[in-house]
Amino acid sequence: MKRNAAAFGAGALFAVGLALSGMTRPSKVVGFLDLAGDWDASLAFVMMGAIAVHFVAYRVVLRRPAPLFDGRFHLPTRKDIDLRLVLGAALFGVGWGLGGYCPGPGLVSAAAGSPGALVFVVGMTAGMLIEQAVARALPRRE
Amino acid sequence: MHDFTPIPALIGGAIIGLAASLLLLTHGKVAGISGLYGSLLRQGTSDRAFRFWFLAGLAAMGMLVRLTWPAAFASAWSASLPVTLLAGLIVGFGTQLGNGCTSGHGVCGLSRLSVRSLVATLTFMGTGFATVFVVRHLLGGAR
Repeated sequence: MKRNAAAFGAGALFAVGLALSGMTRPSKVVGFLDLAGDWDASLAFVMMGAIAVHFVAYRVVLRRPAPLFDGRFHLPTRKDIDLRLVLGAALFGVGWGLGGYCPGPGLVSAAAGSPGALVFVVGMTAGMLIEQAVARALPRRE
Repeated sequence: MHDFTPIPALIGGAIIGLAASLLLLTHGKVAGISGLYGSLLRQGTSDRAFRFWFLAGLAAMGMLVRLTWPAAFASAWSASLPVTLLAGLIVGFGTQLGNGCTSGHGVCGLSRLSVRSLVATLTFMGTGFATVFVVRHLLGGAR
């Protein structure tokens, strides 16, 4: 119960941050990505604010032996730079620039009933399922 | 820069960082939205409950913000629905392939000083800039 409430609270807080920062407005996102046009630097400040807080809090939290509701921390351990990482990130940037939504703001705006975001989330869900099916079909060389 | 809003951006960003820290403190997990959502779609993912409740909180707050502050979703520009669908497909495929998006790689990964996340972030920012340049300045604002 407390576990799920904490996850719900973290998700709700995350959405507040996205909405306040302007990430749920595709024109702000594309304004930031439009270096050659009427550049809107605002989203750089979103990253600065988020990293400033999480950089410090991450280090404070990790002094604990374990999180509050789990036996251990679950953090990524991979260090290799592979083609999947670079190609995946490159594709993500293309889609981000085309639609003005990344996954978090897309989900928040879809829940809020924005028609564009609903369409975006339908596409995103399909794209994820396709990638997962491809990954299952192709043997992994790792 | 007609729409430059550094103060709400900074505060909103700080709240995003705080939310990610809360998930780390309580569940020991990375607050990467594409990872949380994508894993929920996959069969056989362990630990589904916290993923579901995190995304439920995200969605519930989206509805609440719509009711109390609809301007948060006001956009002076939007892509056409076919382009938006295509954008979603590419974002979904790309974030699963590359294990993350703006939150997982951009916020959480960079805060951890992860080299993988730095490479991913520089790559998606780069292709994001390039895509908007092509669409707005070479194709003349095609939607």
